[in-house]
Amino acid sequence: MPDRTFDVLVIGAGPAGLAAACRAAESGARTAVVDENLRPGGQIWRASGGRLPAAAQPWVVTAGKHGVEWIPAARVFAVPAPERLALENAEGEFSLAYHSLILATGARERFLPFPGWTLPNIMGAGGLQALVKSGLPVKGKKVIVAGTGPLLLAVAQYLHEHGADVRLIAEQATRLALVRFAAGLLLHPEKMMQAAQFAWSLFGVKHLTSCWPVAAAGEGKVQSVTLRRGARTWAESCDYLACGFGLIPNTEPAALLGCRIGATGVEVDEFQQCSVKGVYAAGEITGIGGVDLAGAEGEIAGFAAAGHADRARRLFHMRETHRNFARALDRTFALREELKTLARPETIVCRCEDVPFGRIRACSGWRDAKLHTRCGMGPCQGRVCGGALEFLLGWKPESVRPPVLPVRAGSLAGTEPSP
Amino acid sequence: MAADAVTLRVNGAPVTVPAGTTAAVAVTLAGVHTFRRSVTGEPRAPLCGMGICFECGVTINGRAHARSCQILCTDGIEVVTDA
Repeated sequence: MPDRTFDVLVIGAGPAGLAAACRAAESGARTAVVDENLRPGGQIWRASGGRLPAAAQPWVVTAGKHGVEWIPAARVFAVPAPERLALENAEGEFSLAYHSLILATGARERFLPFPGWTLPNIMGAGGLQALVKSGLPVKGKKVIVAGTGPLLLAVAQYLHEHGADVRLIAEQATRLALVRFAAGLLLHPEKMMQAAQFAWSLFGVKHLTSCWPVAAAGEGKVQSVTLRRGARTWAESCDYLACGFGLIPNTEPAALLGCRIGATGVEVDEFQQCSVKGVYAAGEITGIGGVDLAGAEGEIAGFAAAGHADRARRLFHMRETHRNFARALDRTFALREELKTLARPETIVCRCEDVPFGRIRACSGWRDAKLHTRCGMGPCQGRVCGGALEFLLGWKPESVRPPVLPVRAGSLAGTEPSP
Repeated sequence: MAADAVTLRVNGAPVTVPAGTTAAVAVTLAGVHTFRRSVTGEPRAPLCGMGICFECGVTINGRAHARSCQILCTDGIEVVTDA
């Protein structure tokens, strides 16, 4: 059967992908959106109790009105030929062809290893929120939210609203950095409103700056977390520790397509086009910048991919405003050096293969570590330890080879060239 | 049984959850904290909640290493953890 072909194929249905798909389809392009999840929204707009957040709804309505095709629960795992992608869903393998491709694959959380961090009920901040959105009850559960960035506040607010006993928000950034950041919000009134809402709804929840977890302990699951702030170290009991040290872009599909990746994400030109012609990138994969920047980039990519450079150009100014905000985020929530000392030689860094930090640190780089310790060679393909080692040892991820995710053997067989 | 609830089995025991609940949450609701054992035998449970880390891997209807945080519960599925 010949592949189905789309003028514009979008990978990822978060804020950037939805905006891109809407603008491309409005411009007359035959458009489809692929996402790993069953529902659109991505991570930040993940449906809660079956309902999409209000901010996502207009985009979903617009996409429907303009005939955007929705291809849920499917993952890209290989690029069998130019302008063609191999995907897998629950039924098996299939492929799609495109004239323009927009990558909006978002970001994942950065995890930093510390003694005890592999215990059950220690999750990413966004990770715990995602579980609660898919039905996990947290009413009355003692939760500590730790790490860095605005996501901590959003998650703490969400958990608090769902009845969790949020004991503490531990932010590693300094109070001075937060005050400067807050002052900068005066230039972004809509962001200041958001911040004010967080402050109001989290009234009474303890928030400490310059504070971070140094160890966790428990029998079979986490029961207490040791925190440090200045010279003080103390233990807090908890049922869950939600822990995220910022976000890292999901650049793997872009790397698979041969797109150039820079220090902060996929490199793009002013129209969001990658180093590979006809491939665009929008949102967090071009560098962490938040939901508004993602939307602006998505709109620009959608217009540009559909051949409307003029309409794309009108949004450049809005994108620049959001980029300034992204730069402030970067400065404010930069990870402090002390966090590099949390992992002990015996602390597991690669959770797939249980490789301790001491063995990894003895290696000269990623290749050496893979060969000698199997670090990064398990099912997650370095998606968890990679973010940690980038910070701890300055190691950049190596080249990506298909399949970018573990797939069934039958799917792999289907992508081989015909004899 | 309400139409908006589904019943599945976790390690052989029946569990009823609201429709839209993921298998990962059903495992927790069944009182199971260890989803899988790591290569050195450590207990593990969901970390990322978004299908990246593979720590929530369980066997669903005989298929091993299924990412339970990405799979919605349906009536009659058999979920088996590694503990």
